[in-house]
Amino acid sequence: MQALSRAYSSDLAWSFRHSWTARISTLLLAVLFLAALLAPLLATQNPYDISQLFLLDSELPPAWAEGGDPRYFLGTDEQARDVYSSILYGLRLSLIVGFASVALAGAIGISLGLLGGFMGGMVDGAIMRVADILLSFPAILVALLVNGIARGILPPDRHADAAIWVLILAIGLTNWVQYARTVRGSTMVERQKEYVQAARINGVSGMGIMVQHILPNVLGPVLVIATINLGMAVLTEATLSFLGVGMPTTQPSLGTLIRIGNEYLFSGIWWVVIFPSIVLVVLVLAVNLLGDWLRDALNPRLR
Amino acid sequence: MTLLSVKNLTVAFFGRSGTVNAIEDVSLELEPGEILGMVGESGAGKSMTGAAIIGLIEPPGRISAGEIRLEGERIDNLPPEAIRRIRGRRIGAIFQDPLTSLNPVLTVGEQLIETIRTHLKLPREAARARAIDWLRRVGIPAPEARIDTYPHQYSGGMRQRVVIALALCAEPRLVIADEPTTALDVSVQAQVIALLRQLARETGVAVILVTHDMGVIAETADRVAVMYAGRIVEVGPVAEVLRAPRHPYTSGLMASIPRIGPRPEVLPQIEGAMPRPHARPPGCAFAPRCPHRFVPCTDERPELTGTPVRSVACHLTTEVPA
Amino acid sequence: MLGFLVRRVIQSVFVMLAVALIAFLMFRFMGDPVNSMVAENASTEERAAVRERLGLDQPLWLQYGRFVARAAQGDFGLSWRNARPVSTLLAERFPATAELVLVAAVLSLVLGIPLGILTALRPRSFPAQSLQLISLIGISLPTFVTGILLILVFSVWLGWLPSFGRGDVVDIGWWSTGFFTLAGLKALILPSIMLCLFQLTLIMRLVRAEMLEVLRTDYIKFARARGLSNRSIHFRHALKNTLIPVITIFGLQLGGLIAFAIVTETVFQWPGMGALFIQAVSFGDVPVMAAYLVLVSLIFVIINTTVDLLYAVLDPRLRVDGARGAH
Repeated sequence: MQALSRAYSSDLAWSFRHSWTARISTLLLAVLFLAALLAPLLATQNPYDISQLFLLDSELPPAWAEGGDPRYFLGTDEQARDVYSSILYGLRLSLIVGFASVALAGAIGISLGLLGGFMGGMVDGAIMRVADILLSFPAILVALLVNGIARGILPPDRHADAAIWVLILAIGLTNWVQYARTVRGSTMVERQKEYVQAARINGVSGMGIMVQHILPNVLGPVLVIATINLGMAVLTEATLSFLGVGMPTTQPSLGTLIRIGNEYLFSGIWWVVIFPSIVLVVLVLAVNLLGDWLRDALNPRLR
Repeated sequence: MTLLSVKNLTVAFFGRSGTVNAIEDVSLELEPGEILGMVGESGAGKSMTGAAIIGLIEPPGRISAGEIRLEGERIDNLPPEAIRRIRGRRIGAIFQDPLTSLNPVLTVGEQLIETIRTHLKLPREAARARAIDWLRRVGIPAPEARIDTYPHQYSGGMRQRVVIALALCAEPRLVIADEPTTALDVSVQAQVIALLRQLARETGVAVILVTHDMGVIAETADRVAVMYAGRIVEVGPVAEVLRAPRHPYTSGLMASIPRIGPRPEVLPQIEGAMPRPHARPPGCAFAPRCPHRFVPCTDERPELTGTPVRSVACHLTTEVPA
Repeated sequence: MLGFLVRRVIQSVFVMLAVALIAFLMFRFMGDPVNSMVAENASTEERAAVRERLGLDQPLWLQYGRFVARAAQGDFGLSWRNARPVSTLLAERFPATAELVLVAAVLSLVLGIPLGILTALRPRSFPAQSLQLISLIGISLPTFVTGILLILVFSVWLGWLPSFGRGDVVDIGWWSTGFFTLAGLKALILPSIMLCLFQLTLIMRLVRAEMLEVLRTDYIKFARARGLSNRSIHFRHALKNTLIPVITIFGLQLGGLIAFAIVTETVFQWPGMGALFIQAVSFGDVPVMAAYLVLVSLIFVIINTTVDLLYAVLDPRLRVDGARGAH
């Protein structure tokens, strides 16, 4: 109870209660996260289950349009999949890939940052060199490359099953640099402090104690990076899937849905492409707005 | 004829929480060739007075009352284009920090020549010759070569000399020098002040020398105006004011005369701090810190009274303490 | 200046060697290169012969050396997918991508800089405020969604502009250009808008932010105090200081344009290198992937070096030759 009231009266909470964008984006994200979590309950059909698809119902427009069917609120695609249900399942996949790749990038970045900052010298130089080179290439290109290498190594018949892991790996490997830089900087400052020096003189490894001191310090910045990264990761996943090298059509994410819809654009079937696009844009926009707010709220000096 | 005449000038800032007067009811006069020192603590309104005269008050601030006349002509209500023609040509300005006052991507020559040609219709070659001449006059060695170099290739003191050349190159009748030596090394300060005084004598330009350093005023100025909390509290010939200050605040400032050099912004000789513009007391703004405070001081603001040459705003000089 | 240039070139060579190493490792360890060279029922002896002919039995560093030597001559072997020389494939596709990226880059500069200046000089005006809002949306919109919307509106609904391909192209030597036919130019419009939009908003916001920063500096205030004209203050004194950082960012972003051309080329079925690369990624066609990687890296390195040099030329503070008398 006391902890609750302290959290409520903290600076962050104050800033949250006074920021329109923060509250709206949080609300939107909560709705989207819940929708993704409860997708099997909210969906009217399971779009992966072919037995639930009725080909006669294919290419139906949204319920309110002429020729629409109330059973398919947002219409159906060419395989009679309910667009609304596909979006819920697609959102779920997009978020899973997003969160998992952020976790992977964070784990890699924090470890390498700690390692580089603590060891210094050659190790640090090597890590930072790799980071520099990685940064000089656009993220999407690196992700595509990792993706392509993974596909080259895996036999073609495993591509579809492994797609989600390949995506997480590709996006995670692309985005660790910022975490590493932040944690490294913090570690280098901490390493100079007396307790670490003392531990070293006493022959104890300073690393363990240091990690305990550093992680709380970098929690704020890492949280900001992670939030902004989530937006980028979702976007990268969507782009890769849209390009046809992400989630397969049998297991579509939002990007895959947009890719499928794009192919039918000229038949006038706009709903298959527009609705997933809207959900994607709202998701990314909400994450970005929240990230911007968090950055300003946690780091008033940078405002 | 009087070169500059400022009457009852008030500069107000219009903010969300109301209007705040940065300077209030400031009046002063300046004769051609005269050097007027303006002295006071940070935030007393000396720089603001200079900015108002040169027409560079930026929104949300503006001149809300009073008038400014240059050679008899009103200049405080001119359209932007007309006041622009006066800046540089008739009133020059010298800024505080020579390191940031010069554009880093243009050569010293480009900046000088552009300023000269903006105001004097001269062909490029003549403007260049004039620019070189000005560099020589402010004491830049080998000006023919250095005119084509960039500001970062000059030392701080040299840059301030360039700034002085820029302020004077279109031959204005008046120069407002806002803390021209504050940012310089102590060893260079005296040289720059000496240069300024010498150029003023040579060209006959009048100078308003804004500073918080009484020592600089004592060395340089003919007259001095002391500002406190947005108002002039005492004005008079330097020698007289130094010898017999009549406002208690001026007396407090006196303690800091003897040396030229950096001085603390807040004067240790006077206890307390100057009130912020939005928290000025109704009476004399100096009353809370004044050792000679008596009955009317806290309620009634003293007016600036005396002759045009020597005047002071203090109840001590008009009423005898009961 | 010369020393700076030499250092920069040496750095670039190291980056390229690192990239070539990645490309080489892809070649060497993804799939068995021998498989792509021999018939499926080849005997062990035949395989060994090919292995020896390819030099795969030699030490790795030697193989890497030969790989670099061949890559330097543009030889990346045959595509695994259609057995044509990779260099020919890339040469066929290069003009399409180059023209698309060029038009998008020029558009983003030609529109982005003036709009940025406008929003900085008149921050409270209606156009400036609405531009700020639009740019906020522009930055959050995924590029492929922008492309789809453009197609939906201008091709499907209005029918004004083509939604795929390059239109008619004219061959000049090995270079095929769409600049000289009406259909070619029309086909360029939507893809280049899609590609430049993100860049455009970025440059606009950057120019605005830099310009506002510069206008607050002392040297601008001093220039005003000298009575210089507004035109000179804005476009001579402020703009030059504004553009120096903008050029750096633009150079870096040019790489982004080339990367995002992949997405644009997919949306508009534009026959460029990006589309080729995507096919290579989805088929695991290593030689094409490796060659694309090396080529794009080379372009990045050239751009970055040029930008650094340009920066040094534009910003006198960085010209290290002027050692004379900073006394």
